[in-house]
Amino acid sequence: MNVNAFLAAYGVRILSAALYVLLAPLFGGLLAGVDRRITARMQGRKGPPLLQPFYDVAKLFEKRRVSVNKLQNFFVVLFLVFLVFTGALFFAGGDLLLFIFAFTLAALFFISAAYAANSPYSAIGAERELLQMMAYEPMVLLTAVGFYMATGSFQVGDILFAKGPAVASIPALFLGFCYVLTFKFRKSPFDLSTSHHGHQEIVKGITTEFSGSSLALIEIAHWYEATFLIAFVALFFVWGGNPWSVLLGLGVALVVYFLEILIDNTFARVKWQLAIQSAWIVAGTTGFLNLLVLTLVQGGAGWLS
Amino acid sequence: MDPVYFLLLFPLLPALVLLAVRNDRVRTAVVWASALIVAGASVWMAGRYYTSEYSLFDTHAWVGTAMSALKTLFAIAVAIYAIRRRRFWIVLIVAAQEALSLWFEFSPAVRVEEPLNLFADKLAIAMVLIVGVVGGLIAIYSLGYMRTYHRHHPELKDRRPLFYSVVFVFLSAMFGIVLSNNLQWMYFFWEVTTLCSFLLIGYTRTEEAKRNAERALGFNLLGGLAFVGAIVYEGLTMGTVDLRKLLVYGASGYDVLVPVLLLSFAGMVKSAQLPFSSWLLGAMVAPTPTSALLHSSTMVKAGVFLLLKLAPVLAGHASGTMVVLVGGITFLVGSIVAITHSDAKNVLAYSTVANLGLIVACAGVGTSEAVWAGFLLTIFHAVAKSLMFLSVGTIEHSLGSRDIEDMHGLLVKWPAMAITIAIGIAGMFLAPFGMLISKWAAMKAFIDSRNVVIVLLLVFGSSATLFFWVKWLGKIVAVLSHIEPVHKEASLDEGTALAVLAGATSLMCVLFPVVSSYLIEPYLFGVFGPAATGAIIAQSNITVMTMMLGMVVVIPAALYLFMHGRKETIVPTYLAGANTRDDRYFVDAHQEPRRVFLSNWYMTGFFQPERLLRWSGVASILTMLTVAAIAVGGLLR
Amino acid sequence: MAFLKRSPWMIHYDGSSCNGCDIEVLACLTPVYDVERFGIVNTGNPKHADIFLLTGAVNEQNREVVRNIYDQMPEPKVVVAVGICATSGGIFRECYNILGGADKVLPVDVYVPGCAARPESIIDGVVKALAVLEEKRRALPPRARRGRRAEASAQGGNA
Ligand code: SF4
Repeated sequence: MNVNAFLAAYGVRILSAALYVLLAPLFGGLLAGVDRRITARMQGRKGPPLLQPFYDVAKLFEKRRVSVNKLQNFFVVLFLVFLVFTGALFFAGGDLLLFIFAFTLAALFFISAAYAANSPYSAIGAERELLQMMAYEPMVLLTAVGFYMATGSFQVGDILFAKGPAVASIPALFLGFCYVLTFKFRKSPFDLSTSHHGHQEIVKGITTEFSGSSLALIEIAHWYEATFLIAFVALFFVWGGNPWSVLLGLGVALVVYFLEILIDNTFARVKWQLAIQSAWIVAGTTGFLNLLVLTLVQGGAGWLS
Repeated sequence: MDPVYFLLLFPLLPALVLLAVRNDRVRTAVVWASALIVAGASVWMAGRYYTSEYSLFDTHAWVGTAMSALKTLFAIAVAIYAIRRRRFWIVLIVAAQEALSLWFEFSPAVRVEEPLNLFADKLAIAMVLIVGVVGGLIAIYSLGYMRTYHRHHPELKDRRPLFYSVVFVFLSAMFGIVLSNNLQWMYFFWEVTTLCSFLLIGYTRTEEAKRNAERALGFNLLGGLAFVGAIVYEGLTMGTVDLRKLLVYGASGYDVLVPVLLLSFAGMVKSAQLPFSSWLLGAMVAPTPTSALLHSSTMVKAGVFLLLKLAPVLAGHASGTMVVLVGGITFLVGSIVAITHSDAKNVLAYSTVANLGLIVACAGVGTSEAVWAGFLLTIFHAVAKSLMFLSVGTIEHSLGSRDIEDMHGLLVKWPAMAITIAIGIAGMFLAPFGMLISKWAAMKAFIDSRNVVIVLLLVFGSSATLFFWVKWLGKIVAVLSHIEPVHKEASLDEGTALAVLAGATSLMCVLFPVVSSYLIEPYLFGVFGPAATGAIIAQSNITVMTMMLGMVVVIPAALYLFMHGRKETIVPTYLAGANTRDDRYFVDAHQEPRRVFLSNWYMTGFFQPERLLRWSGVASILTMLTVAAIAVGGLLR
Repeated sequence: MAFLKRSPWMIHYDGSSCNGCDIEVLACLTPVYDVERFGIVNTGNPKHADIFLLTGAVNEQNREVVRNIYDQMPEPKVVVAVGICATSGGIFRECYNILGGADKVLPVDVYVPGCAARPESIIDGVVKALAVLEEKRRALPPRARRGRRAEASAQGGNA
């Protein structure tokens, strides 16, 4: 394949992935800034400047670097690299399942970093993070299955051009996915492993032992993560490659994010038992019902394909 | 000589020799040589019969007679033992089995056509390679392991001559199972592996070992009884005991429900599906190489091997539904129960049960896609799981414990072993490594089979899998601030086997497309004809995964080089200000140093493994009974 | 650039205060005073913190803890002694177990007197501390941030 043919085939994909890699920190950081302001307003405060998350991260790079051991920083870098890769895979229109598996790999590096620190608080944070992963993973996988059954493809690139919005076929899975999104955004009531609010029983949980630049990298990774999660929510509403549907999806995703903030501010953290139980029950019921109905309706191949 | 006969007969030679050898040097030499020869012969066989489309072998009639004579001898020996141990249920099963099979063989009323005795397709070739290469490596590993084992357990009688003899008999029998097409032959080898398993589980002859060995024996004999039932039924109704004919009849619309059901039952018992999983757990009392060889990489694979062969007739049938459900339930429950265990061998055992469940479910779905996944899973699992078991064996001897909690900080204490285990763990569940690819394919196959229940069982099961593997990995990568030296007990034998297996596990991740196109796809083409699916994982995804694999290797290496020379300011961990100078201790309320103890989560109270196993066992039995009732209903009509 | 003063994260420790000052410290976070306006976050983790707010006169039991917390804060960092107890020992000064102020254990940068210190003056003290923090940041050799200065930490470390 020569360069021109290659660019013709993959140019858009590469461009979109590159844009993601460049712009996601901007979007994610702004989202975090908006989040903090909305949270403050909900609590009757004024809140920090919009750009506060960027100041925080820049500040962290100014601090002197200390660490508990070398290995933990090593894992943190891997976490960031693979998280960026995961997001790029999504924005390049890649396979949803592969995207989920890559995400798991990235998360594993984060958890390993906390385990490597070998401190009580980070170890319990790691364990809780792992529990959260176990809680949300079935729902996320089932959502991917739902996309496949609704549109006939696992490829994000194909789903964008499906004949109708996936949410029309998998509304229950959409609700279920929103439920586990709280885990992913690390928001109350499912912010078991760490949280943006200080003063909790496990100090800063999984991030306790990271400081300075390592912590900054983790923050940046979370911005990348937030960006592709928003895009994932938007994917439910996109069809036919229609740019308006992309905007619609983005709008819905931002509304969902607003609801997440509201829930964050109105719910207390639950115990881990309730967290995993509820997530599995939601995944089991929405997944089973939605996929069953879809199978019965379709009989043969996906009717949106 | 033909490599097939060589594979079947050669291992019996070292088996005999080793029975007599008492000198460790001589034994080491014999085992190394024989293991290498067996491994070489399996490669030879694979090369020799790779291209020939069908590979058929006829034999003399006296072979069958000799087999039934041997079988009767075994049966009598087992019966005598069982009577002595007052295990009358085993006596009953053996008697029923023997009566049925003798009547079938010698009654003039029974007329069966001469079957094709041996037959090698690509699935069999893959199994031969696994048994030969992995089996040979495990035999070599066991040399070092057993030496240390007896040094650590002076109270046990040294039965190594018997041990090695049985291991080689087992290898021969295992080749027999995968190469037989005559069901009576397969049944003979099947029973031999059961017997080998019994002898090896009971190696130490402690009461616990004996009890567990008897349970394994009893359950597998029960499976054997079903096997005989299938042979008799097929012989009487179809006049043949040929496995391929059975499949051909099944494909052309004959009602083969009863023999297929019985054979599936036998296969599921052998591969420790619920509710029979307990025998495999009990088998963990055996020395670790046994667990690696029989109870994870080969013997239990005989069950799934048979089921995969049956896959085309299982697809879309009541028997297939049963197999899918039992396999799916076993996968989910096995994965969850593995979370609640901290003994490394138990975790591996439950994970084995779970993975076998997944392969069983693939066989039950029976489509070309599903068999692709099941086939690949079988290969990956055999390699990665034997690596895990053998690593645990060496670690147990060095740390004096095989509890995962005691592997805390292994990366600092013993980097080589930690990396070996990490390769094994990554190979078991992580993208872009081996098992995940097969799980992924399995998932696609399940979705395409439009069975929502099995998709749900799979996604929940794999989430549970994630939990217990990652927490194990976490234990290992914890960096201890002060190293307490480990007395490393790894002989050359062990090191060689571990290194080769670790290399194979990593290599498989890169080479799986090759395995797919040279072994799996030709097999599928032979079985499903032109309808066979090619690569299930799209080429673009393979490219991405290769990229990931590259990243997983290159980035850490680059980072290591980059960070290696750099001096970090190392500080103590956060202990709420109650630090001592040493991270292993904190200051307690009496101003005394107290040891920090970090433990993983097991959540036994939450998952209640006993209750879970009991009820899922009931669910499996109900599934089996329902389908059995359908079959009996069909017979009566 | 100086982002440090735009994002000061703090840790607050009660070194045997009467709890009066602690309540005032927390009051700073409430809607009335809302210190998050200045990017101030109460982290509860020394490894994330830049400012150490210490209340109380520090006693024999917790002097090591105070010391440990301080040592675990990565540089640059400042200490603000909140309340008259932390400043000089206050009414507990003569007690048998009291050391008599934060500066008996730590190098204090800003003293915020008052019994209890009012939130306004605490915020004032923190703002003063930011100036000190900026000075310290400048004084820090740039390479140290990258961790190349390999001196062991004050506590001996565990390398
Ligand atoms: S200064 Fe006053 S209010 Fe503050 S801790 Fe001391 S006694 Fe309590």
